[in-house]
Amino acid sequence: MSPQLKNQLYELSVRLGDDALILGQRLCEWCGHAPSTEIDLTLSNLGLDLIGQARHFLTYAGELEGKGRDEDGLAFERDALDFKNCLLVEQPNGDFAQTIARHFLFSTWQLLFLEQLAQTNDETLRAIARKSIKEISYHASISAQWVIRLGDGTPESHDRMMNGLDWMWRFVDELFLVQEGIEDVCENIGLDLSSIENEWRNKVAATLKEATLDLPADRKGIFGGRVGHHSEHLGPLLSEMQSLPRTYNDANW
Amino acid sequence: MQNHADMGDEVDQVRAILSAVPDPEIPVISVMELGIVRKVDHQCVEITPTYTGCPATTVIETMIREALDQEGFENWSIKTVLAPPWTTDWISDEGRQKLLDYGIAPPPKGDGKGTLKEPSKTHCPQCRSSNVEEISQFGSTPCKALMRCLDCAEPFDRFKCI
Repeated sequence: MSPQLKNQLYELSVRLGDDALILGQRLCEWCGHAPSTEIDLTLSNLGLDLIGQARHFLTYAGELEGKGRDEDGLAFERDALDFKNCLLVEQPNGDFAQTIARHFLFSTWQLLFLEQLAQTNDETLRAIARKSIKEISYHASISAQWVIRLGDGTPESHDRMMNGLDWMWRFVDELFLVQEGIEDVCENIGLDLSSIENEWRNKVAATLKEATLDLPADRKGIFGGRVGHHSEHLGPLLSEMQSLPRTYNDANW
Repeated sequence: MQNHADMGDEVDQVRAILSAVPDPEIPVISVMELGIVRKVDHQCVEITPTYTGCPATTVIETMIREALDQEGFENWSIKTVLAPPWTTDWISDEGRQKLLDYGIAPPPKGDGKGTLKEPSKTHCPQCRSSNVEEISQFGSTPCKALMRCLDCAEPFDRFKCI
């Protein structure tokens, strides 16, 4: 593989690793604050799955980079401008409905994406994808169940679910540009993303219909996460997540 | 230089050592019975995680390392592999029985569907009733859900099929 392609493969692994890491960190903010013990356990465990996946993607990214950085080095020693996650995953938790909206929109995309990644010819990415699909299919299912339960619940839960979706909707277009700027390596490993946007829109529309919710009105999408241009919400998340290893940089378990 | 018979003996010895290493979260079953040891060969033990984020994975590796070192197998290495992904179908029959005796409803053999979406039929490990309900999608660990028996009223963990 040429150095240019290898660099793009690093970039792809970082994007996927950062998506999982940042969303995992966001979900764990609920620990001890969720509306019930069961939901507390659910959100923390979903976060745990994502952090596990992030470790695999970032370990691979570190190997491709070849500068001796492991997954901890990449997670804890980079600044906001070097993070390549999509803007959707860094959005604040808001209320429970807003968290569910974010997780539903993201995990529905993530599952479709991983199914394609599992078909590529890159052995490591394929293995991580095959492993993660088992977990993310559960995420997509749990979050869709909650969208339906809240949407088709009380007038209060219906409105909150709708507001949550409205807040997150401007960030969904960016999901379908995950390959932007690294098209060569995507083609090289055989990653075919041509059908996932349609599938995603159909799945989301079907769930919202069952939840008695309207599709949010289309609005101008906001982009930038993949090139390090983040919203104001990422910085505070990173400062909390990185505080311990940055304060005590030789700390270990 | 070792001959082949010695190497075969070594593999058997290592397998025996691993059969005595318990899962740190569910200590009634060993890492062998859980099906996470994928290969014991060429002075290398290959293990695979149950879930990507399972916090026990690192502990398990440390425990295997200690057990091997203690028995004089310091020259054996441990390698983590991801593919093929672990499935509950790899839990041995003996392992399933031990889970049941411990009060955890084991995943029925052959029910690993490659997804957690469709829970399979569960029986109460205490009274064997199938009149049960789910209390929480996650229990004491990510790999289990919390259930309640509607006949004997006992709460219990169900090992999720994956």
